[in-house]
Amino acid sequence: MSGARLMDDADIRRALIRIAHEILERNRGASGVALVGIAARGDDLARRLAVEIERIEGSAVPVGALDITFYRDDIGIRSEAPEVHETRIGFDITGRTVVLVDDVLFTGRTIRAALDALVDFGRPTAIQLAVLVDRGHRELPIRADFVGKNVPTRKDEDVRVCLTETDGQDAVLVQEPAGSRTGSGA
Amino acid sequence: MNRHLLSIHDLSAQDVVRIVDTAESFREVGSRVIKKVPALRGRTVVNLFYENSTRTRISFELAAKRLSADVINFTTSGSSVSKGESLKDTALTLQAMGADAIVIRHSSSGAPLTLTRWVNGSVLNAGDGTHEHPTQALLDLYTMRDRLGRLEGLRVAIVGDVLHSRVARSLSFALTKMGAETTLVGPPTLIPPDAPAWGVQVSHDLDSVLPKLDVCYVLRVQTERQRQQYFPSVREYARLFGLTRDRVELLPEGALVMHPGPMNRGVEIDSDVADLPRSVIEEQVTNGIAIRMSLLYLLLGGSGPPAGADA
Repeated sequence: MSGARLMDDADIRRALIRIAHEILERNRGASGVALVGIAARGDDLARRLAVEIERIEGSAVPVGALDITFYRDDIGIRSEAPEVHETRIGFDITGRTVVLVDDVLFTGRTIRAALDALVDFGRPTAIQLAVLVDRGHRELPIRADFVGKNVPTRKDEDVRVCLTETDGQDAVLVQEPAGSRTGSGA
Repeated sequence: MNRHLLSIHDLSAQDVVRIVDTAESFREVGSRVIKKVPALRGRTVVNLFYENSTRTRISFELAAKRLSADVINFTTSGSSVSKGESLKDTALTLQAMGADAIVIRHSSSGAPLTLTRWVNGSVLNAGDGTHEHPTQALLDLYTMRDRLGRLEGLRVAIVGDVLHSRVARSLSFALTKMGAETTLVGPPTLIPPDAPAWGVQVSHDLDSVLPKLDVCYVLRVQTERQRQQYFPSVREYARLFGLTRDRVELLPEGALVMHPGPMNRGVEIDSDVADLPRSVIEEQVTNGIAIRMSLLYLLLGGSGPPAGADA
């Protein structure tokens, strides 16, 4: 995989440790906090954040994975139905502060869909948003509470987060627009 | 994937895997408190049923509703069909009303294919004559993979009235496509003469087949389709080909008993066999909703112009 490297494995690790601290600071500890990662890759990031939070605070937080495919606003506009991932939320989100975790914040449409999906599972006290990369170009009034790195990009560039769990390495890459784009954070 | 689902032959092995994988996500949706997602909001699905059906029609209806589509149920009694309207005119009417998908069951083989010539939306075959019933085969594959962890190499017997069974045809084609070994079992009169060309084996001795199976799939004896007498008596059929309590003991441990429903308890399957833990007949029904959600989603969710823009 080519392209300019925005973050390497050490950068990602440091960003996640800082975000874990910020989540704990904002919520005054880990009690009542749950992490829900948006598939794919947001769920891996959520698990890593949970490990950090447990290391810092000594108590575990529940972690879930959320697939937002069925809540997208472009179903039927595309030529191929978007691929579906697993949703796994094994705890009641009602009354908790849910921190949504995603890899890249871009147009905000994924987060809009995630908010819709999440409230079908219950009524959280609050929903916060943590992202590894904020690349701008919002199309909806959505902002992140916790950001690993703000990256100015051109709209047609492709920002890709690679994680060891799915891609064999930790890196954030930015690529020039290619003929076939297979997926980017939205 | 194709725009329509008329036959298992419309699908590649890769398509089957994608449909079953997607169905798994939809089964998770079915386990939520709110069992509904907005994926097909604003789309219209018409259930056009020219033959009686309870589970398939309700299953499709529930599947479409759980995807937030609008559902219209069109059954022949109480509709203009009972006034003599032709399939073509009914199709053109539904087309004019803007149906995005038409789920059709018809007593004539090939009716769904004919329908595709008159409508722009997707056509899903919910059973046509003695031809095919692809969504049943897909939910059966899903149930087998879910319970046994694989499809390739599975040894499956399809037992009973294969001749009149669109389920048996679709399931045989699907199992062969996925690399399973299928044996059709029944009296010679109820095994179609072209069966060897399906890539399956044929046996007339159920007891010798049972000990080697992973799945024993029992078909309903379809007396309503039998135009002549195919076996001497129901009692004799039950004695030779019914899955009795004694016979089920011949199955290896872990082998499943399946039935597409509705069952004739005491004919092709003993009542207490149907209620054994290894009988997954109710799971088939639950999985049927997920499979039909998956199909509606994959057929309608990708109906935009080719080479769409990314998110």
